[in-house]
Amino acid sequence: MKHSRGRLAALGAMAATAALALAACSGGTDSGDGGDTADGDLTPVKLQLQWLPQGQFAGYFAAAEQGYFEEEGLEVEIIPSGGDIVPQDALANGDVDYAIAWVPKVLGSIEQGANLTDIAQIFQRSGTLQVSWADSGIESIADFEGKKIGSWGFGNEWEIFAAMADEGLDATTVQIITQDFNMNAFLQGDIDAAQAMTYNEYAQLLETVNPDTGELYEPSDFNVISYEETAGAMLQDAIWADTERLESDEEYQETTVAFLKAVVKGWVYAAENPEEASEITIAAGSGWGPSHELWMVNETNKLIWPSEAGIGIIDEAAWDKTVAGALAAVNESGAHLITEEPPASAWTNEWIQQALDELEADGLDLTGEGFEPIDVTLEEGGN
Amino acid sequence: MSRRWSAVAWGAGGVLVLVALWEAYKFLGPADGVVLGTTRVLPRTTDLAMPHVWDMLGRLAEPVTRSPSAPPLWGAILLAALTTLGIAAAGWLVGVVVGVGLALVMQRWRLAEWGLLPWIVLSQTVPLIAFAPVVKSWGSRVEIGAFEWQDWMSVALIASYLAFFPIAVGALKGLQSPDRIHAELMQTYAAGYWATLRKLRFPAAVPYLLPALRLGAANAVVGAVVAEVSTGLQGGIGRLLIQFAGQASGDPAKAWGPIFGAVVLGLVAAGSVALLGAILKNYRRTEETA
Repeated sequence: MKHSRGRLAALGAMAATAALALAACSGGTDSGDGGDTADGDLTPVKLQLQWLPQGQFAGYFAAAEQGYFEEEGLEVEIIPSGGDIVPQDALANGDVDYAIAWVPKVLGSIEQGANLTDIAQIFQRSGTLQVSWADSGIESIADFEGKKIGSWGFGNEWEIFAAMADEGLDATTVQIITQDFNMNAFLQGDIDAAQAMTYNEYAQLLETVNPDTGELYEPSDFNVISYEETAGAMLQDAIWADTERLESDEEYQETTVAFLKAVVKGWVYAAENPEEASEITIAAGSGWGPSHELWMVNETNKLIWPSEAGIGIIDEAAWDKTVAGALAAVNESGAHLITEEPPASAWTNEWIQQALDELEADGLDLTGEGFEPIDVTLEEGGN
Repeated sequence: MSRRWSAVAWGAGGVLVLVALWEAYKFLGPADGVVLGTTRVLPRTTDLAMPHVWDMLGRLAEPVTRSPSAPPLWGAILLAALTTLGIAAAGWLVGVVVGVGLALVMQRWRLAEWGLLPWIVLSQTVPLIAFAPVVKSWGSRVEIGAFEWQDWMSVALIASYLAFFPIAVGALKGLQSPDRIHAELMQTYAAGYWATLRKLRFPAAVPYLLPALRLGAANAVVGAVVAEVSTGLQGGIGRLLIQFAGQASGDPAKAWGPIFGAVVLGLVAAGSVALLGAILKNYRRTEETA
C-alpha cells in the first residue's frame, strides 16, 4: 500500500510539472510586438532586427506602438535577432520582408550572391568608438600598433581594419581580441582599446563603479576614438529590401513606400519624445534599465539627426567611403570583406524619396533641423 | 525517514562547501588570478569577476531594473526558467517518441539497424549554430490551415534533436537486452511480436531506458537554452543569459542570476525523470549505464 501511494504522489508531481510546462509554453508564445489585429485589410510585413529589442531600434517600436504602421495599412511583425540569426540572410531566404543591418556586412553578403538593396539609410553616421584608458597613450588609430585591440567580430570589425589600412597598418601589427557582450575584458586590462557603440557599450562603462573612487567612471577616465572621424567610417543601420521583388512586384513597391513612411514617422516621434520612445522600447521587451535605455535612444537619435537631405536618404559620398573602406580592409586572418565594387542595385533613394515626398505635406521635421539631443544621467548598472 | 534527512543534509552541505570555497578563494586568491605562462588557470578575484555570494543572492531579491513595472530579479528568472522548462519538456517528449520509435524499428528489422544507426550517430555531428537558423527559416514557412509554426517550436525541435539520440541508442540496447532463451520461451508460448514486446522487451528495457531518458532530459535543456540564444527567442532563460551578460560591467551580480536559474532548471529536469523512475520502480532491478 505504501508503495502505490508513493507512486501516486510521483505521478501527481509529474502531472503538475507537465501542466506547468504547458502553461509556460503558452505563456512564451505571445512574445513580439503589438496585438494581433484580425483586420483582413492590413498587409502583413515582417521586419528582422539585427539584435535584441533595444533603443537602437526605438523608431520601429514607436511606429508600431503609435499605430503608424496601421495608418499605412500594414501589420508589421518586428522580429528580434539572436546570436545566429543574420538579418540579411533571413531577408535573402525570403523569411522576412525587410531587414535592418549594417552596410559593410550586407556588402559582404551581396558579393556572396545575395540580391539585396539598401532602401533607407537610417543612421547617417557611424556610432562605433574605440575606447582606451586616459593614460594609455592611445589617442589615434596610429597608436594601435602593438596593442591589444578588442572587437566583437561577426562583421563588426571592418571599420577597425579599414581605419588601420588608411594608416598603413595591417591586422598583423595588432593583437585582435574577441570581445564579449560587456566591457569586463577592457576593465580588467585584457584589452587595451575596446570596441564600443556610443549608444551602448560606452554607456556601460559610464555606469560602472570605479573601484578606486567608489564613484561611477567619468568620460575623462577614457580616451575615445570615433570612427566617424576616421577614414574607416562606414554606414550602419540601414533598411534592406529584396532587390528582385523591388523591381518586379508592384505590391511590394507600394508596401515599401508605406512601410518607409511609417518608419520615418516612428523615428521623428523618437526624436521629439525620447523618454516615451524609451518606455515603448522597454515595453516591447528590451531588458535594459531605464537610464541606459534613454541614453541609447538619445545617442541613436544623434546618429540619425540632423539628416540634411531628409531621413533615410543615402548620401552617395558616405556610401562610396563605405565601399572604399570595405575594399581596403583586410582582417586578422587575411580575408577581404569584398574584392569588387557592389552592383548599382545595392542602393537606391527611389523609395525613401517617394515616402518623404508623400510625408512633406504632414508638416513633419524630416531633416531634423529642430533636433536637440537631451542630457541623460546614467545610473549605476544602467538602472 | 532518517535516510532521507541525511540525504538532504549532505546536499545542503555540498552547497555550503561550494560557497565556502568560492568565498575563501575570493579572499585568499590574488586579485589578478593565477597565470601560468600566458594562460590564466584560476580566475580573477575582483568583485567584477567573482561577486560575493551574498551580493548575488541579495541581487535576486531586488527588482530587475528601476522601472516601476519591473518584477524582482528572482521572479523574472523563475518565469524565464519555467518557459524554457516547458519548451525543453516539449522537445524531450518529441525526442522520446522519435527515439523509442526508431529503436523499435531498429530492433524489429536488423536491416533497419544497419541502415539507420550510422545516420543517427552522424546526425549529432551537425553543429547547432549551423542547424538553428535553418530550422527557424523552415519553421517560418510552415503554415497548415489554422496552424502556424511558432518560434518556440523551432527551439523545441532543436531540443528534441539533441534529446532523441541517447534515447534511441539506450532504448535499442534495452530492447535487445533479453537473452535469447527468454525470447525463445515467449515463442514456445506462441506469443506474437506485440505480446513479446509488452511482456518481455519493454520491461527488460527499463533499466537501460531510465538513464537514457535522464541524459535526454539534460540534452533537451541544454539544447533549448542554446537554441534560444541562437534563434533569439524571447522569454526564456537563454535570452536572459545574454541580456544580463551585457549588463555585467555595471551590475556584475545580476549576470549570475540566470546562471543559477539554469542550474535549477537542469536539476528540475533531471528530478522529473527520477520521478518517472519511481513509477517504474518494479522494473528497475539494476540500472545500466547508457
